[in-house]
Parts: sequence; structure tokens; C-alpha cells
Amino acid sequence: MTQLIYPFKDAVSVDPLQVSGNVHSVDSFGTVDGPGTRYVVFLQGCLFRCKYCHNRDTWDLDGGQKKVAGDLVKEIVAYKPFMEASNGGVTVTGGEPLLQVPFVKALFTALKEENIHTCLDTNGYATKYNQELDELLAHTDLVLLDLKQVDDKRHKALTGVSNKRTLKFAQYVAEKGIPAWIRLVVVPGYTDDEKTARQMAKFIQPMSNVEKVELLPYHELGKHKWEAFGDRYPLAGVEPPSKETLLKLQAIFSEYHIKATF
Amino acid sequence: MYKDDLATANVGSDMPDPWQGFNGGDWQTAVNVRDFIQKNYTPYEGDDSFLADPTERTQKLWEKVLELMQQENAKGGPLDFDTEVVSGITSHPAGYIDKDLEVIVGLQTEKPLKRAIMPNGGIRMVEASCQAYDRELSPQVSEIFTKYRKTHNQGVFDAYTPEILKCRKAGIITGLPDAYGRGRIIGDYRRIALYGVDRLIEDKQQQKADLNPDFFDEDVIRLREELSDQVRALQEMKEMAQSYGFDISRPAVTAREAIQWTYFAYLAAVKSQNGAAMSIGRISSFLDIYIKRDLESGALTESEAQEMMDDLVVKLRMVRFLRTPEYDQLFSGDPTWVTEVIGGMGEDGRTLVTKSSFRILNTLYNLGPAPEPNLTVLWSEQLPKSFKDFCSKVSIDTSSIQYESDDLMRPKFGDDYGIACCVSAMRIGKQMQFFGARCNLAKTMLYSINGGMDEKIGLQVGPKMDVMADEYLDFDKVWERFDHYMDWVANQYVKSLNVIHYMHDRYSYETALMALHDRDVYRTMACGIAGLSIVADSLAAIKYAKVKPVRNDEGFVVDYQIEGDFPKFGNNDDRVDQIAVDVVHRFMEHVRKNPTYRKSVPTQSILTITSNVVYGKKTGTTPDGRKAGEPFAPGANPMHGRDEKGALASLLSVSKLPYNDAEDGISYTMSLVPAGLGKDKTAQVTNLSAMLDGYFKAAGHHVNVNVLNKETLMDAMEHPEQYPQLTIRVSGYAVNFVKLTREQQMDVISRTFHARM
Repeated sequence: MTQLIYPFKDAVSVDPLQVSGNVHSVDSFGTVDGPGTRYVVFLQGCLFRCKYCHNRDTWDLDGGQKKVAGDLVKEIVAYKPFMEASNGGVTVTGGEPLLQVPFVKALFTALKEENIHTCLDTNGYATKYNQELDELLAHTDLVLLDLKQVDDKRHKALTGVSNKRTLKFAQYVAEKGIPAWIRLVVVPGYTDDEKTARQMAKFIQPMSNVEKVELLPYHELGKHKWEAFGDRYPLAGVEPPSKETLLKLQAIFSEYHIKATF
Repeated sequence: MYKDDLATANVGSDMPDPWQGFNGGDWQTAVNVRDFIQKNYTPYEGDDSFLADPTERTQKLWEKVLELMQQENAKGGPLDFDTEVVSGITSHPAGYIDKDLEVIVGLQTEKPLKRAIMPNGGIRMVEASCQAYDRELSPQVSEIFTKYRKTHNQGVFDAYTPEILKCRKAGIITGLPDAYGRGRIIGDYRRIALYGVDRLIEDKQQQKADLNPDFFDEDVIRLREELSDQVRALQEMKEMAQSYGFDISRPAVTAREAIQWTYFAYLAAVKSQNGAAMSIGRISSFLDIYIKRDLESGALTESEAQEMMDDLVVKLRMVRFLRTPEYDQLFSGDPTWVTEVIGGMGEDGRTLVTKSSFRILNTLYNLGPAPEPNLTVLWSEQLPKSFKDFCSKVSIDTSSIQYESDDLMRPKFGDDYGIACCVSAMRIGKQMQFFGARCNLAKTMLYSINGGMDEKIGLQVGPKMDVMADEYLDFDKVWERFDHYMDWVANQYVKSLNVIHYMHDRYSYETALMALHDRDVYRTMACGIAGLSIVADSLAAIKYAKVKPVRNDEGFVVDYQIEGDFPKFGNNDDRVDQIAVDVVHRFMEHVRKNPTYRKSVPTQSILTITSNVVYGKKTGTTPDGRKAGEPFAPGANPMHGRDEKGALASLLSVSKLPYNDAEDGISYTMSLVPAGLGKDKTAQVTNLSAMLDGYFKAAGHHVNVNVLNKETLMDAMEHPEQYPQLTIRVSGYAVNFVKLTREQQMDVISRTFHARM
């Protein structure tokens, strides 16, 4: 029973398996972030400040646990039987994975060598369009793109950040033809109106890589995490959307021949 | 010779031939139910769309039973019980729920849910039960079983040593079947249906005649006596069936008779033995052969077939034993472990799933969820997908199924094994076990630190050694001493089991069950361990963090300060998982060193039933941070809340435990919230099937699956009357949630619910 201790190295390291990332936590049995059952890696750090965020604890850029890609891959490979049985795989989410491109690239590259399905759950906040990003996307089987609002003003009101980078990333993924699911968190008063849906539908209609839109009804389950940080929960009192609302939004998307599920 | 012939049975010309239409085989010339099944069953790979709803009759009958069960619940004990007549196969006249409504008949006593007394196991248990429920036991019965007829219980205590008594008192060895029936024996109840009693009697008489060597030793004499007893039991079975108007001396002719005959055989078992676990075996695919024959001849409709299956299950749900309130508390209600195994694969690669595998699971819809019978699906990667998904759906809807790996067990037990109790595999009619409850390994570890002194009752129970004096506990030293105390306790343990089973054979032999076995059975000595995850985490804490013992005034260690973090069992982390593996292996090795009664082969289980709560109460603070009195995790489960990487990580940790060193079963219980399984029902079903596929592929042995919301359980605690059938799986079996003590309910709720948000 010997303990293997790996030296932590920085992202510049030559060996891609030694690239380290900042991991918040993992869940070996994710069932809602991509197809099948998934090993979900939550990365630490996000620059969005979404009012409904249910992972408030992953915002800070520091914190989390340093992990090298090689160790994580080793851990993940043990779950292959589950992934194979369910056509599942690995989803990297956060936090925001695009803040740690070198790490995710190293991870996905190694996972593809193991024939494991990779899924990138992102808000599209890519800062640099370089070879590193391209290599990451080349090893990505599915992008789950959180598109919160096409209207930039309303996007800012909801997330504190402009949506320019997100929209650009969406276009980029479309050009590359990487399969994508667009995810819209339906928050009453923020994203549950007809206009939101129509703008979004028009934006994604030309993108042939988009397989569907997932309407995610807002829920309050992340509230306790805000309280744990001593923060006021900004959406206090907002109720989850009704089924009628979801059906209405679904109908709008279908007018544009876009499949929307919830 | 007979292989391809059609079978016939000689039953006289006025009767239809019971074997008409069956393919012949070895089963005709020798008692061999497996061969009959293999030659005649029809695998089913389709879906559940053929299943029938409950008939009006079934609903009426079940309502009557439910009402009685509610009265029983309200009483908080038996509805009624006998205080005069000692139970046996023919002790009570025929009993009915409502004769006109019943398709399958037979009750343990003359009245539904009225319990019987079975003092052969121990008169004190009967007296204590009577006292607890404020009834007077017939003085004559007391006198007979005190003065004239020795009981198992008395025999055991005549032979126990003072050291064993101390171990028992301290609870380092617990749950020993020394005052009640050992159970865990499965008669091959199907034999009565296939052959009829007369043929079996002939067979037994022949066995006895053949057992006539030149020299008679104790083994021969005992077996000759047992065979005679078995013949008497078979004759009594005929008599009992006669009282219901059936002649089971001959084989069953129709599907209804096959079910009825099989049930009569089981009824004989539960009328004569108050065994801790009374499994029914593997009957559904056997019965399917008869059902199919009648469906094809037009004698039966699907609805009628389902009706018979429903009715059989109603009867199995009504099996009751008289036990003390303390016993019921330990096991959470009234478990009888009427375990039926379903599915699995044949050695020839065909699936053993039949339409009747679906029919018996369908009873959970037609009658609603229930803990009994303990429906156990034998999972194989090769099972038809439609069956896998149906099972997953039933689990999600009812939380009433447990799963065990056929791929792990089939190579050891063939394709006609059953499960005794929760996780103990055995070839039906060919193998039995000497049930041995379990040894508390967490306590054993504390003895190694305190030199054999019991931390709870302040008694020197183990051999005396110095209390460990180190400022921080040293892993190697603790391991060495732990190994020494494991050796000691294994010896005390096997000694006591030898005493128990010698006496049980002598004073409370299971004649009705053993009459439905081959002459020479393979016996295992089924030991068990509790507290594995505590031991693994404690040793990991000592190894990877720093653990400082805190001593009381007398110098004994009563608490521990842990500095730093350490890996915990349940996160698929080899550093600690390997410790758990080593502990299982080492303890098994120590057990194996001991000679066993009747040359039984030692095995062990990692199973606690619900007694994890009681074990916790009896065990002091442990070096993993668990405080004195806090519950253990059930079975092989990781400790509550310590598995941080989600459901599959804990499954993988558990799957590493070596089945070869725990052949009596490795129990894992998991609770999932529906939303945690997937967005919609289809995804939930697919994901649960995938989870089971992955777990068993990783060599996992057993898993209980609960799919429930925490809120439902909380509400059921407050409003039990609204949840009479809420069923939840606990370590190897299922219970009515509302029958648990409040403490056990809290334990279930606090246990990890796998749901990530």
C-alpha cells in the first residue's frame, strides 16, 4: 500500500498528462448533463455572476483542488463500464471550463484516446481563439452551450457580463460543425418571455450543428450555497416556471424547426 | 435414453397424465428439478405488454388482507397467537382468509395472521413473547419443554464456555441463532409439484436403505435418523394438504395445482420452523412451464395466470412468526425473508427469464409494493434488455427489488441456486448453510487498542494485553494487534457456531425442509462481519492522518483526535479500499483455521441487516471520527456522508471486496432520488439499468436499490397511516418503512441520498 505522489506542475509542462487544473469537485453519476450517465468534473472559477447560479461555490478563481489531467483520467477510466452501458461519458462543467482551456484540452485528448465521449458544458466565455482552443474543440464530442439571453442588455442584467463572447463562441462551434445542445435556463421575469425565445430561435436557426435546445426550468436548490457564502440570494421569491410557460417556449422554438425539450 | 421422449408419469388411468406434453430427461428417473426446467422451460425476451391487471377477485381478497394487516400494525404486535398448540405441519385445521375468494389456499394456523408457537428452538423465546404481549402460555406446554423435552436453546447454553458468554454479552459476537430457529435453509418446494409426495417418500426410503455401511459412526446414525424424520414430515404434508381437500401424493396436473403443491410444501416449512429467514427459492420459471402448458391448451387465460401468481404472493406476504419485541426491533418489523430469485442465465447461455419472471414482479403493481416476498433479480450482462429495463422500472416505482450478480454466482453455484435470506447463494435442494450472524470487527479493532478490555461495558472480554501507549497510533502496530484479536475472536466465533448447529440439528432439526433436499447436502458455515467501513476508515485515518488516542482515568482509550485528512471508503480510492479488502481476506483466513461442525465449509458475509443501528449503540468511539453509539453503515456500505464522489464511486469501492473471501454475500444498499437518476422516466430506466450493468461488470455482488424522495420518508414518519405499503430496502431485504423504530427511520433518512444539485 504505497501512496503515489505526483509533483504538481504548471500548464506549460511538456507532458500533457501533467497539466494541472483547478477542480471544485467530481460526481461519478451525473445524469442531467449530456447523454447517458456521466462522470462530471466541476471546475473551479467563473466570471459570470448569474443570479440563479446553483453552483455559487464554484465562482472564485482560487480555491478548489489542484489535479493533474493524468490522475483524473486514471480515475475516470474506472467508470468506463457504466459509460458504455448507458452511452454516457465525461462532462466538464463548472465553474467555467473555458477559463482552463489547457487543462480541459489535455483531459479531453487523453479521454478520446480511451474512446470516452467528451462533453463541454460552457457559457462560451472563450478569451483566446488559438490553437489550444482548436485542439480542445477537436476532442470535444458535444458542446452544451448555456445561452442565457441573446439581448445583451438583458444578458448583462442577468449575469453581470456581456454576451458578446458567448455569441461569438456559438458561431465558432457552429462553423466547426461540433454537435451542440443549447441550454436555456427559464427564469420567470428574465428569460421566460416570447421575445427571449424568438431572438434565440432566430440566432440558432442557421446553425446545423445544434441538435436541440434544452429548456432548464429555474429551481431554488442552489440557494443554500449563496447563504453559506453570506450572500443575499438575488432571486429570492422567484418561483420556478409553470409547465404552460415551458410548453409555450417549446412551441415557439418549433416554429423555427428547432427541437426544444424540458 | 429418455432425452427426447415425451414424459409420462404413472399415476393410474383415471387421472390425466401430469407430465403430458413435457420433454423427458434424467428428471424422470431421478429427483432432478433442474433437469426438468432445462428440458422444458421457454425463455422470454419480450417486454411487459402481455401482463394482466389484478382481477376484481384479487382486489377484494387483498383488501381483506390489507385490513387485517392494518389492524396488526395498529396493535403494534401480533394480531393474535396460539398459546396452546405447538405448531407442526398438521397441528392446525385448515385456515382461510375467505374461502370463496381464494385461488391458492393454506395458512399457518386456522386464522389469517394468527401466529403459532414453535418451542423447539427455545421455550424461553415463546414465554418471553407471551409475556410481552400479555398472554399466558399453556402451563402444559411450558412444562413439556422445560421438564421433558429439551430445546435447542438449552442445549446451546449447556455447552457454551464462560468466554463465549462474555463475547455474547459485550456484543463482539451478536445475533447468534442460539435462542431461535437458524433458518437459511431452502427446501426444494418444487419437488412436490413435479413428483408428488409418494415418489419422494420412496426416494427417501431408498436413500436410507442405501446408507448401510459396514461400520456405523455418528454421521451414519444421525443421517439414518434424519431420513426417517424426513419421511414422517413428507407423510404429514400429505395429511395437511388433505385437510384442504387436495391429494398431493401425486404430481400436480395443472398450473393451479403446481402452484398449490409448491405452496403447500413451503407452508409445511413455515408451520414447523420459526427460522430467521425462510426463502422460497427459485419457483417462478419452474411454474412458468405449467402455466404455459395450460395457456396453450386453452385451460387458462393470462388474467387467470396472473391471478394465481397474485394469490400466491398474497399468501407469502402473510407468513408470520411469533417473536419478541426486541427481536422485531433489531430486524425492523417482522422480516421472514421469503426470498424468491428471478431471472439469471442458464449454463447453456439461454436466459432463465420467463413470462412468469414478469408475472411475479407484476404482483408489485397488482398488489402494491411490499417487503415480502423478498424479490431478488439475478442480474447478468446477458439478460434480455427488455427484462433489465422492466426491473429498473419496477425498482423506480416500488423500491422493492434487490439485485445480485448471476455472473459472479453462476460459476460457483450453477444455474439452479436460490438466495437464503438476503445474499447467501446455495444450490437448491443440494446445499444448506449453518447461519452464523456476525462478528463486530469495529469492536474487535477497539479491543486491539485497549488490550481486550470492552470499551462499553468495562469487562475484560478478550485476552489481556497492554493498552497501546503511543502518543499517536502507529498503523503497523495497530494492524498487528488487530490481526491477533481477529484470530482470537474468529476462534471464539466458530466455537460458538459449532455448538449452536450441533444443538440445532439435535433439538430443532428442519425435517420438512431437509425432506426436500438430496441425501448428502453440502454445508457451509456462514460467518459474517459488521463494521467493515468503520474499520477501513479508522485504519486509513491511522495511516494517512495522525490519530491521537485520548485515555480515561483508568488508562483506557475512549476517544481519538484526528489531525489531517484521510481517504475514506466509498470514493473508489485504492489507498483505503485496499485496506477493506485486506481486512475481509484476513478475517476469512482466521475463520478458515478452525475446524467446523459436520465438516461444513466456512464462508462469510458482509451484511448487517438493520442491526447496524444496534451494533453502533454497543460500540465505543472509533478512530475514524465516529462517536460512541452512532450507527454503523449497513452491510458493506461506506459510512454515511463520507462518499463524496457520487453513487458510482461508492459502488466501485464496494465492488472491490473479494467475493471469494465473502462467498456468503456482500450487501450494499443505495438510495437515489428519482430526479438524480435522470430527467424523465425513460432516462431513469436506462440509467438505472446502466448502473446495474456497470456495477456487476465491475464484480459487484449485491445491491438494494431505493428510489425515493427524502421528503416522502419524512412525511411518512409524521403520517404513517397514509403510507401503509411504503417499502424501503435495507441491507439485503425490504421493510415497511412505517414499521421501523423512529431511530431506524432517522438512520435511513440520514444515510446518503445520492442526489447532486
